[in-house]
Amino acid sequence: MISVALKGLLGRKLRALLTAISIILGVAMISGTFVLTDTIKAAFGTVFNQVYKNTDAVITGKSAIGTSANGNTITPPSLPESLLQKVRGLPGVALAEGGIADEAKLVGRNNKVLTSAGGAPSLAFSVNPKGDQRFNPLVLTTGRWPQARHEIAIDSKTANTKHFKIGDTIGVLTRGPVEKFRVVGTVRFGGLSSLGGATIAIFDLPTAQQIFNKVGKLDSIGLSSKQNVTPEQLVAEVKPLLPATAQVRTGAQEAKQQAKDTNGFLKFLEYFLLAFGFIALFVGSFVIANTLGITIAQRMRELATLRTLGATRRQVYWSVVLEAFVIGVIASVIGLFLGLALAKLLNALFVSFGIDLPQVGTVFKERTVVVALLVGVIVTLIAAIRPALRATRVEPIAAVREGAILRRSRLSRFGPYIAIVVILAAVGLMLVGLFVGGLSTTTRLLSLGVGALAVFIGVAMLAPTLVPPIARVLGWPAAQWGGAPGRLARGNSIRNPSRTASTASALMIGVTLVTLVAVIAAGLKATFSDSVNKLFTADYALTSQNGFTPTSIASEQALNRVSGVDVVSGVRAGEAEAFGGKVSITAVEPNVSKVIDLKWTEGSPATPGQLGQDGAFVAKAFAKDNTLHVGSPINLTTPTGAVLRMKLRGIFDPPKGGSPFGDVTISTTRFDREYANPQDLFSFVKVKGGVTDANTARLKQALARFPDAKIQTKSQFIKLEEGGITFLLKLLYVLLSLSILISLFGIVNTLVLTVFERTREIGMLRAVGMTRRQVRNMIRHESIITALLGAALGIPVGVVLALMVGKAIDYPAFTIPWFTLIVFVVAAVIAGLIAAIFPARRAGRLNVLEALQYE
Amino acid sequence: MEEGVPAPAQHGTVVQATEITRRYGEGATAVDALRGVSLGVESGQLVAVMGPSGSGKSTLMHILAGLDKPTTGTVEIAGIEITTLNDGRLTRLRRQHIGFVFQFFNLLPMLTAEENVVLPLTIAGEKPEQQWLEDLLEQTGLTDRRKHRPSELSGGQQQRVALARALVTRPTIIFADEPTGNLDSKTGGEILELLRASVTNYGQTTVMVTHEPRAALIADRILFLADGLIVQELRGATQAQVLDVISTLDS
Repeated sequence: MISVALKGLLGRKLRALLTAISIILGVAMISGTFVLTDTIKAAFGTVFNQVYKNTDAVITGKSAIGTSANGNTITPPSLPESLLQKVRGLPGVALAEGGIADEAKLVGRNNKVLTSAGGAPSLAFSVNPKGDQRFNPLVLTTGRWPQARHEIAIDSKTANTKHFKIGDTIGVLTRGPVEKFRVVGTVRFGGLSSLGGATIAIFDLPTAQQIFNKVGKLDSIGLSSKQNVTPEQLVAEVKPLLPATAQVRTGAQEAKQQAKDTNGFLKFLEYFLLAFGFIALFVGSFVIANTLGITIAQRMRELATLRTLGATRRQVYWSVVLEAFVIGVIASVIGLFLGLALAKLLNALFVSFGIDLPQVGTVFKERTVVVALLVGVIVTLIAAIRPALRATRVEPIAAVREGAILRRSRLSRFGPYIAIVVILAAVGLMLVGLFVGGLSTTTRLLSLGVGALAVFIGVAMLAPTLVPPIARVLGWPAAQWGGAPGRLARGNSIRNPSRTASTASALMIGVTLVTLVAVIAAGLKATFSDSVNKLFTADYALTSQNGFTPTSIASEQALNRVSGVDVVSGVRAGEAEAFGGKVSITAVEPNVSKVIDLKWTEGSPATPGQLGQDGAFVAKAFAKDNTLHVGSPINLTTPTGAVLRMKLRGIFDPPKGGSPFGDVTISTTRFDREYANPQDLFSFVKVKGGVTDANTARLKQALARFPDAKIQTKSQFIKLEEGGITFLLKLLYVLLSLSILISLFGIVNTLVLTVFERTREIGMLRAVGMTRRQVRNMIRHESIITALLGAALGIPVGVVLALMVGKAIDYPAFTIPWFTLIVFVVAAVIAGLIAAIFPARRAGRLNVLEALQYE
Repeated sequence: MEEGVPAPAQHGTVVQATEITRRYGEGATAVDALRGVSLGVESGQLVAVMGPSGSGKSTLMHILAGLDKPTTGTVEIAGIEITTLNDGRLTRLRRQHIGFVFQFFNLLPMLTAEENVVLPLTIAGEKPEQQWLEDLLEQTGLTDRRKHRPSELSGGQQQRVALARALVTRPTIIFADEPTGNLDSKTGGEILELLRASVTNYGQTTVMVTHEPRAALIADRILFLADGLIVQELRGATQAQVLDVISTLDS
């Protein structure tokens, strides 16, 4: 019986291939994700090992509140330079060198910032040109190390691509206005042409200390031990000398720790991409179940014959499962290797964007092979269960009867009711995940994920009942304007509702997700712009070019000197710990109420002016969560470990879209005292005469020495900040497109199989006078109706899901992006046309005589 | 055909049907395809069942073969009451006792002729007795064609494969449903001859539904059905007699 099943598979190669494509694509996504993230992880691991290869121990600053909060890295405090001398005196120390590490943007000839590709930071390091270079992972490619106040060495990639030679002048932005430096050398990170596209600026140590306001300080001290002293012993020697704000690790430990931090981000990326791979496979399972189901229906006579020859139900079941298993295995293997190619493609894509990841060769772990194969095979098997069960319901008598219909299962009468129950249960599960308090994140995500899957399954089960009425409506244009082919197409879509529903359901999933994302993004944007409109009473906003990196305080001060400027108010940002958790800190100047219009529940617009050294204000929700009233104490622990004892002076009620302030806001006078290198998140400006071209020009002129700063009007500001949402939206669309592609293959499958099944019928139509073109049009119409069905099911479900999620994240500005939805509908029509290309050609090519005689 | 293979060890009545009725639908729209048919098929007999369309002959055969259940009445094959068997038992019964020849051949397109012939054994997990298989292929004239797929065979050759397949397990009874319905006159005649030979030489009990008058030449008994009842039986009839009865029934 096994050989019968396998031979059957070989005989239906085209069908098997079409079925397999969905698994291949889904598995490729999963395998590609693993390969990509593994390769990046290994690459960074190599980088860090490279950096610390000669370092036996390294001293760095220690943040009292951890290394990251709210998605931001917390810069640890710097070390006192005196520590270097002390450490040099230790018996076990052979060599010690200290350095500065910070961020500095390079500015090109036209006063434009040379941003690192792909948002990589702009790195800056110090070098001791006369000292031992063993701790320096950078090598000179041309020229020499900088040794004077205005000398700089830059990375060779920037030098080459932006055409800077030795002797050229280049601008550098650190804490204040742009400064000019002379290029004296180019460097390379040992062995690599570029560090992921990051720009690198090298200064000599005294210069670095000056321009980064770290005179008398160091950011790290590298140590190598004498013979017979292990790194661990060295660490033990150093520990007692350290102040509370410093820590020491062995070189290996430090490399590991830094790798761990990068890995944290990579893990997130991995899960993010994997999620889309699983969505693709989920859609794929629908396609497989659909294709197998149609194939079974077409093989009824064959299956019935087997039964008459003595095959038991169980044998029939397992033969279908075996076929699915074989397809699953082969498809997974192909997908596994396709994923390799996909990962390479993604890497090439990154390189073209300038993100040059350290190449360490593609990492193809066993885990990738195991997971990809397992997942692909399991999904295929699960998808095959239902068709296999249906196959067992073929009665032997179908061997003799022409046009016998598969006996409906006992439960099928209750199909719609079961479907409704499933949908309600799924919605319930999702509501639990969204609204019930006190659940862990994993439980929430699981509840949401399973709930979402169940919603799709439930709607797919309900779809056969919905298809006839909806298809009648959607097929109306075809019937009206498509002539006989159009009318026939509409009828064909309705005559086998479960098949049409099954095909459309696969597309529905993709459409639902795309709609969900679009609606939420629209809501976020609307809420955000609504919020800005409520708060923003200034004329201009000053931010960095990308809208979220901070700008220097000096740029804010530069604006103050422009004539006609009434108010300039900057907002600083930092991290601290309070009430047992991480909190985001912002700081404001006393004049902030003139540019930001807050609603005060306790306190008044005068409060920011009265903050002084120990005043703070918070948002309503934060006050409620920590039961605070005016007068309550708030103790903030900064990264240096200092504890600021503040008192609450005011509580404001932010609009739903958020406010520009963090959890706790204090005065800039206090902030600038406690936080090294304070910077502005944004500044707001009021000018006499409001927004005019003349005013804009003058403000821009004042910022000429700050190439990274950008002055913009309120609407420009909104657009800039929205840009982040738009970017994420586009990214999600691209990732979801894989699932949509798979579902389109599902439509192709169904059409090809349907054409095959209706060979005699099509022969008859041709015999009574339908032209080839009309036959092709009929198939095209059917395809479009099916695609529109997928959209008709998916868009409402997507909107409802968006409503639920929107309520959960408390964004009441629920807008429906009508234009986007119309685009989706049009896209569905186009997708239907494309899916129909191959099946329509086949249908048109049928030889009339052969078709009529087809058994 | 040569002799040499022992006949199935059944004697006496191999298939016994008692008061079979088959009703489709309910109430006012009910259709009675069979209205009380009883018959017994002796071992080693070739029985032809004939009648106009709508007479219930196909329905009768489906019920005798266990493909359908009667509304009332019982069927025994080799002494086993089949109308109350569950699907599993019925399936196992098919392996041992029942062979089929269909009008549209019903061969598996991806298997060779030989593989199609031994398919019932493959399903049962058994291997064919090699000598018996060779004999069978030779008797049915398929030795040269054994490695060909159905698409490479003519209609007549395909039906030979189907017949060989039905014979390979030496079942208690073979049911043939319009075996010549899809063949031309000459080929149809060959198939009828083969059917007769298997009954004569192997003692293979066979029930055939047909509307070929030539069936008279090969059948031991001919049962005529009309309106769900057996209305006449002929033994050792001539073709003319058969045509006579048919025209009477048709009017």
